[in-house]
Amino acid sequence: MVEVVLFHYLTLAAILFVIGVFGIFLNRKNIIVILMSIELMLLAVNINFVAFSAHHGDLHGQVFSMFILTVAAAEAAIGLAILVTFFRNKGQILVDDLSELKG
Amino acid sequence: MIAEAVFYIFACILIFSSLLVITARNPVHSVLFLILCFFNAAGLFVLLGAEFIGMILAIVYVGAVAVLFLFVVMMLDVDFVGLRKGAMQYVPLGLVVGGLLLVELGFLYFAWKPAEGAALTLAAEITGEEKSNTHAIGSIIYTQYILPFQVSGLVLLVAMIGAITLTLRHRPGVRRQNISKQIRTQPQDAVELVKVETGAGV
Repeated sequence: MVEVVLFHYLTLAAILFVIGVFGIFLNRKNIIVILMSIELMLLAVNINFVAFSAHHGDLHGQVFSMFILTVAAAEAAIGLAILVTFFRNKGQILVDDLSELKG
Repeated sequence: MIAEAVFYIFACILIFSSLLVITARNPVHSVLFLILCFFNAAGLFVLLGAEFIGMILAIVYVGAVAVLFLFVVMMLDVDFVGLRKGAMQYVPLGLVVGGLLLVELGFLYFAWKPAEGAALTLAAEITGEEKSNTHAIGSIIYTQYILPFQVSGLVLLVAMIGAITLTLRHRPGVRRQNISKQIRTQPQDAVELVKVETGAGV
C-alpha cells in the first residue's frame, strides 16, 4: 500500500471541491442543496488547510481552519434564515424566482 | 499500514457520500449524507493529528449546522420533485466546469513545490508530545490570534442577530399578553358607571 502523504489529502480535497461545484450545477433550482454544496466546498478547503498544517508541522493552518468553520456556520445560519423568509413570501424556493431585484 | 487503510476507508466514504449529497432525490437524505461526510472528514482530521478541529467539526457541523439544515428541510413544505425538473439541462456545463477545475488543480499540485527555506518560517511549530493539540491551539489562539478570535465571535453574534431579525415576524390578529399595559390600567378605563333611571333600562 502506498504511504499516505500530503498529495493524497490534496487530491481528496480537490475531488471534494469539484463535487461541490458540480452539485451547484446539478441542483441549480434547489437552494437548500446549493447551500449544502457550498458546505462541501468549505469542507474541502478545511481539509487542505489541515493537511498543509500537518505536513509543515505548523499550527496556524488549524487556527485558520477554525475561523473558516466559524464563517461557514454564520453563512449557513444567515442563508437558511433568508431561505425561510423567501419561502414565507413565495411559497416556493425556486432560484429563478430570486431575480426580482435585477436592475 | 493501519493508517493507510483508515485513510482510504474514510476518503472513499467521504467522496461517495458527498456524491450522494448532490444526487439524492430527497433533500432529507442529502442532509443525512452531509452528516456522514462531516463525520468522515472529522475522522481524517483526527488521523492528521488535528483532534481539536476534528471534534469541532463533529460538534459544530454535525450538531448545529447539519441539524439546522434538517430542520429547515423538514419545516418547509416544498415540492422537491418539481425542483428537479429540467435539472439535467445543466449537467454538461457542470461537467465541463468541474472537469476543468479538477485538471487545473491537478496541474497546480504537480507543479507545486515548497519555497526555499519555507521550513524556517514556521510560526507555531507542532512540537512532540508534551502539549496536546487542544492545548497548543489554545495557547496561540489566546495570545497571537486574540483579535481575530474575538472578531470571529462577533461574526457569530451578527449572524445570530441577523438570523433572528430575518425570521422574526409579528402576526396581526394574535392577542398576546401585554403586562405593562395591564398594570397601567386605571379603574376609570375598565369600569364605567352609568346612571340608570328607574324602569328605563340602559
